Amino acid sequence: MNSLILSVGARFLTALFLLFSLFVLLRGHNSPGGGFIGGLIGAAGFVLYSFAAGVDAARRAVRVDPRAIGVWGMALAIIAGLASALASLDPFTGLWLILADLALSTVLVFDIGVYLAVFGAILTLVFALEETL
Amino acid sequence: MTQHATTGAGRLYGYAASGLAALIFVAFAAMAPGVVGGQPVLADWPWAPSLNILLAFMVDGLSLIFGLLISGIGSLIFLYATGYMGDHPRFGRFVLFLFAFMISMLGLVMARDLITLFLFWELTSITSYLLIGFDHDNPRARRNALQAMLITAGGGLALLAGFILMGTAAGGYDLAHILAGQGLQEHPLYGPILVLVLLGAFTKSAQFPFHAWLPNAMAAPTPVSAFLHSATMVKAGVYLLARLHPTLGGTPSWTVTLTAAGAVTAVLASVLAMRQGDLKQALAYTTLMALGMITMLLAGSHPYALTAAVTFLIVHSLYKASLFMVVGAIDHGTGTREVAQLRGLGRAMPVTAVAAFLACASMAGLPPMIGWIGKELIYAGGATMTGAPLVLAAAVAANALVFAVAGVVALRPFLGAPVRTPYPAHEAPWQMLAGPIILAACGLVAGVLAQPLLGAAIGSTLTGSLLQDRAAGLHLWAGFNAAFVLSILTFTLGVMLYVMRDRFATLVDPVLRRLPSLDNGWDQLLDALRDLAAWQTRVLQTGRLTGYMLAVFAVTALALGATILHGRPVIMPELPRSAFLWLTVGFTAAGAVVALNTHSRIAAIAGIGTVGIGVAVIFIFAGAPDVATTQLMVETLSAVMFAIAALRLPGLVERRSRQRQLAHGAVALAVGLCVTVMVLSVTASPLDRTITQYFEENSYVLAHGLNIVNVVLVDFRAFDTFGELIVVLLASFGAYAVLKRKGRAGA
Repeated sequence: MNSLILSVGARFLTALFLLFSLFVLLRGHNSPGGGFIGGLIGAAGFVLYSFAAGVDAARRAVRVDPRAIGVWGMALAIIAGLASALASLDPFTGLWLILADLALSTVLVFDIGVYLAVFGAILTLVFALEETL
Repeated sequence: MTQHATTGAGRLYGYAASGLAALIFVAFAAMAPGVVGGQPVLADWPWAPSLNILLAFMVDGLSLIFGLLISGIGSLIFLYATGYMGDHPRFGRFVLFLFAFMISMLGLVMARDLITLFLFWELTSITSYLLIGFDHDNPRARRNALQAMLITAGGGLALLAGFILMGTAAGGYDLAHILAGQGLQEHPLYGPILVLVLLGAFTKSAQFPFHAWLPNAMAAPTPVSAFLHSATMVKAGVYLLARLHPTLGGTPSWTVTLTAAGAVTAVLASVLAMRQGDLKQALAYTTLMALGMITMLLAGSHPYALTAAVTFLIVHSLYKASLFMVVGAIDHGTGTREVAQLRGLGRAMPVTAVAAFLACASMAGLPPMIGWIGKELIYAGGATMTGAPLVLAAAVAANALVFAVAGVVALRPFLGAPVRTPYPAHEAPWQMLAGPIILAACGLVAGVLAQPLLGAAIGSTLTGSLLQDRAAGLHLWAGFNAAFVLSILTFTLGVMLYVMRDRFATLVDPVLRRLPSLDNGWDQLLDALRDLAAWQTRVLQTGRLTGYMLAVFAVTALALGATILHGRPVIMPELPRSAFLWLTVGFTAAGAVVALNTHSRIAAIAGIGTVGIGVAVIFIFAGAPDVATTQLMVETLSAVMFAIAALRLPGLVERRSRQRQLAHGAVALAVGLCVTVMVLSVTASPLDRTITQYFEENSYVLAHGLNIVNVVLVDFRAFDTFGELIVVLLASFGAYAVLKRKGRAGA
């Protein structure tokens, strides 16, 4: 796509999208947001970048094969889901570690897994579409 | 395939498996005193308590005999396989399959719960499929493996149905409980149970008319045939018949079916065995004969008949595993298994010859082998059964024929003057000699010391497992009785058959040729099934997207329409007051109108995108920001994806006829109408808020989250989300595969 505005703006916008997607992911537990939406937003950033700079450049920018990201997201979700076995609880029961103000949990790990799986799945599809069509 | 990597390691696997199997054998032997003393070993774990299903095991007399045979012969088979094919590039895999099979078989004979038994039953079918088809480059091996699996696993499904009926009838799946009960002979469900269980047992034990798969299974490597198709897998069927004898046996239908199937199988198989040119095929048919004989004996209810069945089972396992290994050694040492090409091997292969002679003596039923005792018991037991003359006639005929086959298979190749074989005959390595010699010697020792060695185990099988009041004794000399006379008759007939085997051939061959070939019938059945599948695929899968969508939407409209007409919901549409909402609705509708009427694909995509974004705005009004954001992102990304694809396509051209357009329009309107009415009627009825309330109350307390939607997604219903993740990822990978494949094909 030959648009100067797009190609200049895309670099900043993609970074902004990514940052925003992380923000949405992390705030999701208490305010609108979450891994699913975050993953979509992050993927949208790179889709934009691929329009501006081409698929190859976008692939290089992602650095890792989107398929691998998707699979790792899935793996993370499984690990988070089965971690409860260590505490002899049913699968997918959340485990919490409360450090003063900071509440960490396997649920967060699961949500990050969701983020990565969605992110990877969307980019796999869009990049493949752009490459073959 | 790299040869060097597996050669050394492969053999190691073989030895390790052999050692493990030997350990299992020792473990069974250690259990023997207690079990024989009337104390079965029990173990169970809850599996599906809500369905009353246990993972339960039991070692009683019958299981003990099977366990010892399986693990003992298994150990020798692993050793044998190491010598026979230890340098095969896939030997490690072979050992794994064979060991998995052995474990499945052990689980089967020790299962105390019917569902546990079924599980292991099907596992033996699957592992034997892998083993028969081990030589998977060979289409014949693949075909025969599939045949064996479809027949035995199909029978297994019938068995599952039978087991479920049994569980219903007996009030539980615990065999110990079922066997201790009254027996199901009088139960109204007895008929269906019997038919289904017999289907399972007959397919597994290759009884007529399901016998075709067993000789074909000889496509497997010889160690597999020696293990699966002599001593273990095919015995699973007769094991089941013996196991369920107390609760299903003794009725006229049981007796008639088992006697008929067993007798036909035994006689037909022994005639066919006489006519095989290939040693392994001949042995396969004598295995059928033995299975038929045991089935026939299990038709009886007298201790003599049942003792005979159990004893003959041991006899057969010992000599048949040994003979299969001998045939493998001959094949290995000379390069052929053709009866006509093998003479005078005794000098070159002395140890194999000794094993062959001993095993063949047991097979022919000569004293002092255990085979002699087995045969005597068959006659003594046959005399106690219903239809004794028929049973005895079948037994004498089958035994005489097998006597002659023993001569052809195991005697003739080793005697006489040596002839040229594909390569000069030489003795097999020690790993391949240990098995046949030990098992054949067992046949001799067990014959001489029958009562002290086997008496107790067979006795406890009869009294403990088959619930008889006593067992028949095992004696080499039981006196000058009818059984002895029949044995002499058998030998006479057998010698005559052996001497006049050419004349016999000219007599039976024309008859055998007339018999319809069940094997061809099987192929025709499979072909018909494939044709049916191809036909219905052609009809249903037209490959036209319009067709699929029409079907989906028409069915949706029909289902919803029928529900609405049937339920007649009360609808009170409440029109929104907000002008902004009306604006959004108009905006959304305008998008749909554009998408319908434009000739530009981009405009159509933009129109559909507008509809989606309009819906997202409505979500915001409804107080669902999460859903709205997701909807927005999904709309954006799908518009992008559509656009990527659509930009490469020509403009929209209407090719449908007027009628077709109207029909499509009608379906679309119907779906829209039905969905609208449905949504209105759902919102008109009071919402059950129990679940919402639970989430509202517990979201922060239990899951430390204020955003209920997200807490539901990642915590309360995390497993559902996980399932969705799989769907998303699989869909994307599937599309990726299709796109990339198409790309390559186009390039």
